[in-house]
This record gives sequence, structure tokens and C-alpha cells, in this order.
Amino acid sequence: MYEILAKEVLAPTIKRLKVKAPLIAAKTEPGNFIILRVDEQGERIPLTVADYERENGIITIIFQEVGYSTKLLGKMDKGDFIQDIVGPLGHHIKLDGYQKVVLLGGGSGTALLYPKVRGFSGTEAEVISITGARTKNLIILEDELEQYSDRLFIATDDGSYGHHGFVTDILKDLLEKEGDIDLVVAIGPVPMMKVVADLTKKFDVETIVSLNTIMVDGTGMCGACRVTVGGETKFTCIDGPSFDGHQVDFDELMNRLNFYRDEENLVYANVVEEEK
Amino acid sequence: MAVQKEKTPMREQKPEERIKNFKEVPFGYTDQEAVVEAERCLQCKHQPCVEGCPVHVPIPQFIQAVKDGNIESANQIIKSKNNLPAVCGRVCPQEEQCENVCVMGIKNEPVAIGRLERYVADYNMERGTSQSGDEELKKDRIPALIGKKAAVIGAGPAGLTAAADLARYGLKVTVFEALHATGGVLRYGIPEFRLPKDIVDQEVAAIKELGVEIKLNVVVGKSITVDELFEQGYEAMFIGVGAGLPRFLGIPGENLNGVYSANEFLTRVNLMKAFKYPEYKTPVVVGKKVAVVGAGNVAMDAARTAKRLGAEDVYIVYRRAKEQMPARSEEIHHAGEEGIEFKLLNNPVAIHAESGRVATMECQKMELGEKDASGRRRPVPIANSNWQLELDTVIIAIGQNPNPLLTSSTKDLKTKSWGGIEVDSDQQTSREGIYAGGDVVTGAATVIKAMGAGKTAAENIKKYLLAKN
Ligand SMILES: Cc1cc2nc3c(=O)[nH]c(=O)nc-3n(C[C@H](O)[C@H](O)[C@H](O)COP(=O)(O)OP(=O)(O)OC[C@H]3O[C@@H](n4cnc5c(N)ncnc54)[C@H](O)[C@@H]3O)c2cc1C
Ligand SMILES: Cc1cc2nc3c(=O)[nH]c(=O)nc-3n(C[C@H](O)[C@H](O)[C@H](O)COP(=O)(O)OP(=O)(O)OC[C@H]3O[C@@H](n4cnc5c(N)ncnc54)[C@H](O)[C@@H]3O)c2cc1C
Ligand code: SF4
Ligand code: SF4
Ligand code: FES
Ligand SMILES: [Mg+2]
Repeated sequence: MYEILAKEVLAPTIKRLKVKAPLIAAKTEPGNFIILRVDEQGERIPLTVADYERENGIITIIFQEVGYSTKLLGKMDKGDFIQDIVGPLGHHIKLDGYQKVVLLGGGSGTALLYPKVRGFSGTEAEVISITGARTKNLIILEDELEQYSDRLFIATDDGSYGHHGFVTDILKDLLEKEGDIDLVVAIGPVPMMKVVADLTKKFDVETIVSLNTIMVDGTGMCGACRVTVGGETKFTCIDGPSFDGHQVDFDELMNRLNFYRDEENLVYANVVEEEK
Repeated sequence: MAVQKEKTPMREQKPEERIKNFKEVPFGYTDQEAVVEAERCLQCKHQPCVEGCPVHVPIPQFIQAVKDGNIESANQIIKSKNNLPAVCGRVCPQEEQCENVCVMGIKNEPVAIGRLERYVADYNMERGTSQSGDEELKKDRIPALIGKKAAVIGAGPAGLTAAADLARYGLKVTVFEALHATGGVLRYGIPEFRLPKDIVDQEVAAIKELGVEIKLNVVVGKSITVDELFEQGYEAMFIGVGAGLPRFLGIPGENLNGVYSANEFLTRVNLMKAFKYPEYKTPVVVGKKVAVVGAGNVAMDAARTAKRLGAEDVYIVYRRAKEQMPARSEEIHHAGEEGIEFKLLNNPVAIHAESGRVATMECQKMELGEKDASGRRRPVPIANSNWQLELDTVIIAIGQNPNPLLTSSTKDLKTKSWGGIEVDSDQQTSREGIYAGGDVVTGAATVIKAMGAGKTAAENIKKYLLAKN
């Protein structure tokens, strides 16, 4: 059992938890994730380690409530216990060797982006972050991103804050104006990552995407997380979760993410019903 | 009294009923049936059955105790060699092991050793007398080893067995397990209707009572490395991480929605209890028409599970012939009774979709040709014989390789080309103090072989630590 030490609501459906998990805190690097099970009946869901304090044995997770398990997790409070957490899993990303890095996060993808922004801020690279959301009160982690980025851009779909439009508009602008960008990191909804990859391909800039496939064990045992990268099947949990964005079959990924939609909606409807 | 030629039958759920539930298929012997079966044993002096058992259970002795009505002592006798009797009595391929060499089996059916073992284990579990007494345990203790630390990686049958024996010697044993539950394949692979999970729980509880500590949610190689464990004062280690990396066919359409590895399908249903969805929250989608590719025990388990989840037509698709199916005959028989259809001599070549989901599997018909290296007649494709099998779901059960997470993170640990860990006859690896056994060494094999390897390793870890001090 893993104790929740702090809870913060970042946006109406986006929450941050600090959890006691010394073994994981000791080993995590930017890009690693954990798998947790909220309770005895729970499914195993992957979440990125958004931050960690090695000395105190604490990890931070940030998640968006999109369905049953994240909603249940969102209801938990300081002092409550999460049934199981295992990690750190997956490869962490390679940080060294870049001069100018652009990192984009859309929606809750920003949570997954943040540890990488922090990671790159410790290198010699210039760090440019772009975050976006539908509307102003869904923008998260602005202060944290500000702190670790050389430049920060914000976009909202409705124009209520920052650039009126998409994060990809800002990226396009940067790619056109600044020729020396040598890496783009994109994390967010699959359609957004696909647009980014198409865009950076035209400018021939290396692009890393972090994939959010469905997982069960997270250790290479089940194959639920398989994706096609460069024509080959890869397991996201042990070969990723970061991949070369120009090689990923995003359409297949989108299709696979929808496989359990009916079942997911059924348990979600039950929990929403209970609330009434 | 004339000898009873056949094994005393074990009553079981009728096929038409059992395909609607996940309860165990056979019921086990009553006290009376057990005695009748025990009477069949000839108490052979040279005990070939004992040799046939990979862990050398003293078979005639425990059967004698059953005959005498002393079921508690029968249990102690079995437990002196086998820490998981309730499991082995159920899933051991007895027909190839102890029962294969039983003298009674020369003219008649062999003694039902597995069923008797199961009976003894269940009898004692029900009465809470399955534990060895303190006195009994003390005699295995080795003063020079008491309190020394040993680590076991993986809580499958190999690891659990090694842990139990090491604890008996007096060592302080910690088991590290990647999943949130113990048992390895016993938990996530073999279905409830063949091995109820509360039996696994009870066997594991008995091992914990020996003083073994089990740490769940620790992936060695990720959460902590082998070298860090040594730094923490563990003086020897046993690696029993199994062979959990599923193989795929490499044919077009394998990443479509509706294609599962047997591991994923069985893990969702067994470990995550998707058969109790939505009470348990992990979904599984089985559909009406299911094909399982492969014909081993894993394939039979997947097919029978799909049937119980409501699939109407379940097929076993296998590129060789009936005689070559690797599954236990009992499992093939059970599958047949439950209405599983066998599409033999058919090789899948592609899976086709309709709106992103499996719709058909294209199969090529095969015929048997010359014998190959393994001595089996090789299947050869028949030209222009492709046909389409209409489906909702495909489950790939063509085997597993060892998972590289641990080996790739451990320096100087020698592995074979297919990823298995290299060991000598003592189960020792290329690194001092590290022993390994079970599926990670042999490739996918059996529960009892994994346990045998765990026992041999424990014995040699004992010798190693005694020599070291
Ligand atoms: C490596 C990795 C890191 C991630 N990190 C974060 C993070 O830091 N913050 C965050 O908010 N989200 C993260 N996600 C996504 C998160 O795992 C899903 O949002 C969550 O599992 C949804 O579960 P649910 O029951 O709440 O919703 P559901 O309604 O069950 O599912 C909503 C959608 O989430 C996906 N999903 C469902 N089950 C799983 C599963 N077992 N594993 C993965 N995806 C699933 C499916 O596409 C599904 O349609 C990450 C995913 C991966 C693979
Ligand atoms: C569906 C199915 C049905 C079967 N039916 C039978 C049968 O009827 N009879 C029979 O005799 N055999 C059967 N087998 C085979 C038998 O189950 C295996 O041979 C046996 O379980 C191997 O034992 P093991 O301890 O080596 O590995 P496993 O049982 O695979 O256990 C390995 C354990 O190690 C853990 N692990 C892996 N990596 C790490 C790591 N890095 N750190 C920590 N822990 C880790 C795993 O999570 C797992 O719990 C079946 C197998 C399957 C898949
Ligand atoms: S453990 Fe297996 S092989 Fe040994 S006696 Fe029991 S059933 Fe037979
Ligand atoms: S070989 Fe068969 S008959 Fe002989 S002792 Fe063993 S179980 Fe009994
Ligand atoms: S999540 Fe099971 S193999 Fe990746
Ligand atoms: Mg869910």
C-alpha cells in the first residue's frame, strides 16, 4: 500500500498526487512511468512519474480524469492508500547532445511533458516549451514550466489565454523562423502528436513522441501495448514509451486505444451514477 | 480380492454446465475413493514412481499413509519434497512423469498418484493441518546459515520452491515479484477452472509461514538491480523469472483490435479477474467467434476460457496434425468435450479487418511431409488452398521467450541465443552466488520441473554459503 501525502487540483479534472514510494523515487529518470492499481478490484493503469524527491522517497503523479480508474484515483485524498504501484518502468529519454529543444504538451500531456522539460533544463540545450489546452482554466503547470524553460508559449483553442489557436501553430512558426532547432518532443492526444510529426518531417527535425498505449503488466509480458514503429512491432512498455515520431503508425495506435470503449463507458457510467 | 484395473474415476462437472462457470472441473476424491485408489498401489520395493517424479516425492510411503487413514502424516511425507502438493496434484503432467513408470501401469492403468496427492493436500488444507510442525522444520536448520540473507527473484513455482527450502535451512529469504500477486503462471496463466486461485493463496501462505518475506511490485532490473541487492547484504540469489515474453506470428493484421497474445488474454481473465467484469474493472472482449492459434496447454486454456466467457464458436488452429499437439491429452479431451473445434493442418497467413477489428483469418491448408530435426513430420503448405475463417477474436498461443528485463540489466550473466540464462548442473549461473532455474533456463516447461530446479538450486546455494564461510 502506498500512502498519498499531498493532493492538489490543478484544473477541474486534472489532479496532482504526491505518493510515498521510496524504491521508485530512488530510481526514476525523466520519461519513466509507473503502473498502479487503485484498489483490489482495480485495473492496472500507467502514469508518468511527473516529479520525484529521491531523499524523501516521494513521487508525483499528475493525471486527467478521463474514465473510471482516473476518476476513482481523483477521489482519493491525503492519507488514503493506493493499493499497488510498480516502477520505474520504460526507458528514460536521452537528454544529452542537443542545442535547442522544443517541447510541446497538449491537455494533460503537459503533465507528461513536464519531467522532460525539467530534464532538459539540466543540460546545455536551450529549452522552449509550448503548452496548450481548450481554454484558460485547463492550462496546467504554467509556473513549473516557466521555471525550467528558457521560453514558454501558451495556446488556447478559444483564445482565452495566450495564442488563439493550437500549439502546433506556434511550433510551425518557430520551425519557420528558427533554423537551429535540433529536437522536438511532443506529448499529448494522438492526433496532436501525428500533426507534429507530419510537420517536423517537412523540416527534417528529429522528433520524439511518448505513446500512451493500453497496458496491463508494463514489463513485456502481455503485448497489449504493441505499436508499429518503422514497420516493426514494438512493445511500448519495454521498448518505449518514447519513439521516433516519424516512424510511428499513429492510425493503428488510435484504433487500438478505442478497443475497449464500450466496456470502459459501462463502468464509468456506473461510477457517475453512484455519485448522483 | 481382484485388482481394480482402472484408476478410481474422479467425478467432474458436466461439460454443458461447466462451460457456464469458472469453477474447478474435477471435484477430487472422497475419503472412501482415496482409500480405494490407495489400495491399488503395490508398494514396489524399487519404487520406480519416485524416480519418475522430478522432486522425488516418496510416493509409496504417502500412499501407504492414505491407506492407513493417516492423511496428516501423508501430507508431511509429501511436503518433505514438494512445497506445492495441491498445485502439482492438479497440473503435473503425471502421465509423463510418476504415473508413466508406475508398475501397476504395465498391465492396467497406473495408480492415480496425482489425484491422491491432490486429495491429501486438499484434506489438510481444509482442516488447517497442511503446515509442517515446528519440530519437523527445526531439523532442517543449519546453525551456520541462520540469519544470513538470500534473495529470490520471481514468485513463480521455481522461486517459491527455492525460497521455501532456503528458509528451512534457516536463511532469511526475501522474494521479489514484479506483479502485484504471487504465483507466476499459476496465478496469471493457468485458469481458475483448472487451478483455483485460493489454492495458490494457501500454498503461498504456507511458504510465508516458514518465514519467507515476499515483496510485490518490485521489478528486479528496473526497481532495483541484482548488484544493488548484493550491496544490501544478500549473499546469494536465485533467479526464477520465467519465460513471459509472448511470441507472435509475424503475419499481416496481428496488431488489429481483437488479436491477443494468450498471455494478455489469460492475464486479463485470471490475474485481473476480467471474468468478474464489471465488479473487477479490467475489461476483456471475446466476441462470438474465437480462434486460438497453437495447440499446447496454453492454447487449450485460452480456448476453454473463451468458451466460458460466452464465445459460441471456438477453434484451435494448428499447422500440424492431431498426434503432434503438445498439450496434455487430458486437456485436449476436456476441450473437445466442451465443444472446442479443431482446425488442424491449417497455417494462419494473414488476419483481415473490418473497420479496424478482426473479421477473418486467412488460413493455408497443410499436409504432412518428411520428418524434421525434432523427429516430427513437417507440415508443408498445399498450394492454392487458402481459405477465410470468420472471427471476432484471435488469440496467439505459440509460445514465450524469456523476458530480457533482468538479464539485460545484469552484467556478466551469460545467456543463450534465445535469451535463456545459462546454468551448470548445480543451477549456478556464470556469476558467483547467482543461481537460476525454471522456465528462464529451460524455456517454457512444467511446474514440477521449475520446482525441481528451485530445489536443486537451494541445495547448492546452501553448499555455496557453507563453503564460503
Ligand atoms: C506510458 C504512459 C504514461 C501515461 N502517463 C499519464 C499521465 O502522466 N497522466 C495522465 O493523465 N495519463 C497518462 N497516461 C494515460 C492513462 O494511462 C489513461 O488515461 C488511463 O489509463 C485511463 O484509464 P481510465 O480507467 O480512467 O479511463 P478509461 O475510460 O478506462 O479509458 C480511457 C482511455 O484511456 C486509455 N486506457 C484505458 N485503459 C488503459 C490502460 N490500462 N493503460 C493505458 N491506457 C488505457 C484508452 O485509450 C481508453 O479509451 C499514460 C499512458 C501511458 C501508456
Ligand atoms: C497458460 C499456461 C498453462 C500451463 N499449464 C501447465 C500445466 O498444466 N502443467 C504444468 O506442469 N505446467 C503448465 N504450464 C507451464 C508452467 O506454468 C511453467 O513451466 C512454470 O510456471 C514455470 O515456473 P517459473 O517459476 O520458472 O516461472 P513463472 O511461473 O513464469 O514465474 C516467474 C515469476 O517471475 C516474475 N518476474 C519476471 N520478471 C521479473 C523481474 N524482473 N523481477 C521480479 N519478478 C519477475 C513473474 O512476474 C512471475 O511471477 C503452463 C503455462 C501456461 C502459460
Ligand atoms: S509432484 Fe508431480 S510428478 Fe511428483 S509425484 Fe506429484 S504428481 Fe507425480
Ligand atoms: S510404481 Fe506404482 S504401484 Fe509401485 S509403488 Fe509406485 S505408485 Fe505404487
Ligand atoms: S504492457 Fe504488457 S507487454 Fe507492455
Ligand atoms: Mg479504465
